[in-house]
Amino acid sequence: MTKKILLEHAGVSGIETFDVYRKQGGYTAVEKALKTMTPDEVVEEAKKSGVRGRGGAGFPMGMKWGFLAKPEGVPRYLVCNADESEPGTFKDHYLMKTIPHLLVEGMIVASYALGAHKSFIYVRGELLYVIAILEKAIEEAKAQGFLGKNILGTGYDLELVVQPGGGAYICGEETALLESLEGKRGNPRNKPPFPAVKGLYQSPTVVNNVESIANMPWIINNGGEAYAAIGIGRSTGTKLISASGHIKKPGVYEIELGLSVDEFLNSDEYCGGIRNGHHLKALVAGGSSVPILPAHLITKTATGENRLMSYESLSDGGFATGTMLGSGGFIVFDETACIVRNTWNFARFYHHESCGQCSPCREGTGWMEKVLHRIEHGHGSMHDIDLLVDVAKKIEGNTICPLGDAAAWPVASAIRHFRDEFEWHITHPKEATQPGAVYMGDSILV
Amino acid sequence: MEDTKPNVVKITFDGIEVEVEAGTTIMQAARRIAEADGTQAHLVPPAMCYYKPLEGTGGKCRACLVKVAQGSAKDTRPMPKLVPSCITQVQDGMVVENTTNPAVLEARKGVVEFLLINHPLDCPICDQAGECHLQDFAFEHGAAQTRYEEERRTFEKHDIGPYIQLHMTRCILCYRCVYTADQITNQRVHGVLNRGDAAEISTYIEKAIDNDFSGNVIDVCPVGALTDKTYRFKNRVWFTKPVDAHRDCPTCKGEVTLWCRGEEVIRVTARKNQWGEVQDFICNTCRFDQKKTSDWVIEGPTKVQRSSVISANKYRADLVKKPDFALKLASSQYKAIDDSRPYVTDPDTIRQQSVENNDKANHRSLLAENN
Amino acid sequence: MTEAPNTVAFTPERLAKAREIIARYPEGRQKSALLPLLHVAQEQWGWLSSEVMDYVAGLLSIQPIEVYEVASFYTMFHLEPVGKHVIEYCRTGPCCLMGGEDVYGYLKQKLGIGAGETTPDGTFTLKEVECLAACGWGPVFQIREKYYMNLTNERIDEIVEELSK
Repeated sequence: MTKKILLEHAGVSGIETFDVYRKQGGYTAVEKALKTMTPDEVVEEAKKSGVRGRGGAGFPMGMKWGFLAKPEGVPRYLVCNADESEPGTFKDHYLMKTIPHLLVEGMIVASYALGAHKSFIYVRGELLYVIAILEKAIEEAKAQGFLGKNILGTGYDLELVVQPGGGAYICGEETALLESLEGKRGNPRNKPPFPAVKGLYQSPTVVNNVESIANMPWIINNGGEAYAAIGIGRSTGTKLISASGHIKKPGVYEIELGLSVDEFLNSDEYCGGIRNGHHLKALVAGGSSVPILPAHLITKTATGENRLMSYESLSDGGFATGTMLGSGGFIVFDETACIVRNTWNFARFYHHESCGQCSPCREGTGWMEKVLHRIEHGHGSMHDIDLLVDVAKKIEGNTICPLGDAAAWPVASAIRHFRDEFEWHITHPKEATQPGAVYMGDSILV
Repeated sequence: MEDTKPNVVKITFDGIEVEVEAGTTIMQAARRIAEADGTQAHLVPPAMCYYKPLEGTGGKCRACLVKVAQGSAKDTRPMPKLVPSCITQVQDGMVVENTTNPAVLEARKGVVEFLLINHPLDCPICDQAGECHLQDFAFEHGAAQTRYEEERRTFEKHDIGPYIQLHMTRCILCYRCVYTADQITNQRVHGVLNRGDAAEISTYIEKAIDNDFSGNVIDVCPVGALTDKTYRFKNRVWFTKPVDAHRDCPTCKGEVTLWCRGEEVIRVTARKNQWGEVQDFICNTCRFDQKKTSDWVIEGPTKVQRSSVISANKYRADLVKKPDFALKLASSQYKAIDDSRPYVTDPDTIRQQSVENNDKANHRSLLAENN
Repeated sequence: MTEAPNTVAFTPERLAKAREIIARYPEGRQKSALLPLLHVAQEQWGWLSSEVMDYVAGLLSIQPIEVYEVASFYTMFHLEPVGKHVIEYCRTGPCCLMGGEDVYGYLKQKLGIGAGETTPDGTFTLKEVECLAACGWGPVFQIREKYYMNLTNERIDEIVEELSK
């Protein structure tokens, strides 16, 4: 049984209410931090914990806090990124609707650490019902003296604002999120300046993912070192994994980092294995943007070692034979899945979600989608495959924000590992366009 | 630290050292080199969205990406990604590679291609032809053929007021006209609507851009998306003669370029510097209403410093030679070629290698055919 | 200017809500209220006409174009009239792996309309959207704030019947 930090009380009836959450030990971290620790001591615990950004980038949260500029007389802001939109990822959605007070408590502790007096939770607009849940939790916390003026008599003031988005994946990128929060189009900003220096309203700002912040109550109650003792190597703590696709038990699971991919995929405690007696064909381990891996590289690395659910092990082998933990969106494909169709689907997603500000992404994502659409619908030619690789390469690394990379990687990796399937679509357009037809090496599954 | 003045930094750009004030961008440093020595103009990164007179522009088109091979004297690490030279500030001891870096040229080729896939190839009927920055950019960095087989994006033409036509199909979304409206006029009624490759410059509901300085959006547009209706289809720019002139204008500085055919003034624009940037924004009265030579005090022919492809016809052919970046690259890198292999003199070995090379070449061409 | 007088206005309750929202942000940053206000407006009118957007611009003292730019960027805002129930179904990869394409095909057939269309009686509008962050519970669609998950043809029959009442 893995150590539970975030979802320990998820099954408790009424946990979404203040009273039940409080009975389970909730808000003790706020009391401890505000009454017995200085803000810098809270930052220090975050650093010791080694907790890394759970939104996908994996940058150490404590270090990010350490970069925050603190000029005199300028307000500082904490913004929680709850714009969860990466295909395959739904953990923050689950966490917020199930234990909203965990996020609220984390926000209070983190805001205190950063010296913020007005903090925002930017929730994707589609989750209107979750916004209502969070607003209710905030109201309860305020009524109990955990938010507002002079919290618990410590003299610390904090106001929490829940901000709805309007339907745009790009706003999960931190500078696009800040633009959106300022009431503008979600066009990412060029960096530098970084948000830590000039963020929301041109003031120093920290943007952290929901799950990252939700770790703070446990870290304060138990200490950063205790957190760092969980997990493996530099992948400390636990991670929420959103499991979807062709598995017996899709859902959100909290795992200790370092669990083997094999166990996560096949044990009954987690995904329960591939459904309907089918076989594993491919896996996207960290949300749609990370490279897709074929079956033989999933549970073992290219050098034959056990693949683990950790930042390091999943990226073992680089992009040639590895992938990334990303946001923990674990999408499983069995042999009935068509890789070409799925790649086209993901390419369409990134095309749809490109903000359109910089040329490689605006034009390149649409181009890739159109070429993939042609191949999927039986009108491709062999040079289209190399064209896709080249277009992906010309987008990657050349855009303002990581959406360009996110669009390029799924296409490049699908061709890297499943080139024969793309070629078959081109050489066998009639077979490939039959409804449900899937390439399976020497045989075709219809 | 050397005893340089505190506010002056030294950088190396394509092997050329230049001293600039701290806070200068890489682009401005490169322009400084070219302004000092006109033969180095081809070193300056192209700018499709960046526009110095308009604050906040730049960073979007990615045409000016360069490699920072050394961040600064203090931190000698290279920057991991190519950076937009128009908004990246120089650091003392920074080493920048532009035309000497194959990755930069490759990325730039990509940007040209991206900008062109949805751009109509209607230069023969486009008023901007001859002074179009995209045309220049494609000429210098683009490929002769397109790899794009899909349908191109098109939009309806719109008149935004009596003087300006918006042909969105040609727009490359540089945002310059948006910044112009924000910074030069007192009310912005047009903007960027929708998103991704469906984004468009629009007023949303039919509205005229009605403002004393609205005509400047035509001058800042790098392509033929915003054109002057009073000049529409009147002439090709390379058949007209540009003349500097001024008048006593109560609204603007009144310093303009007149574009003449014989004695007739067929167009009035703001004066531009060698980077195609407006020197002083002009008012609509000067631009649209003063079309007689007698309205103006003529100063003399406009000096064309660096002109576009088509003006090679008319002005200075030597200024519009296509730079041979590949040759330049080869000359800078020939030392890197590994020539330590032993010379082979034995005729049988030579024959054997020749056959192998032939096989390889044939194999490659077969692959090319099949792919 | 010869524009028609602006007759659009929030209900008193929504106007109070709008004022409360505007007050959340620091002085001079009232534009931050734009997205929340557009949601309130869409709740009242169902979609965002240019008159409604001009009204919101007036509440925030910003130019109308700033509202058009934003409203057209985000996919949740309807810039055309829509039916009583807007069914926004997720077309992204994980939902498709769970049979989304078949289920949505059934939905379209049942309503007799395609994506982006409204039934002749004005009851349903179908809108294709990208990932709704509910991949483990796919296929998924949402109607306003309510998520409908683990969809099957049978579930669709039930939902459509209930909403048609």
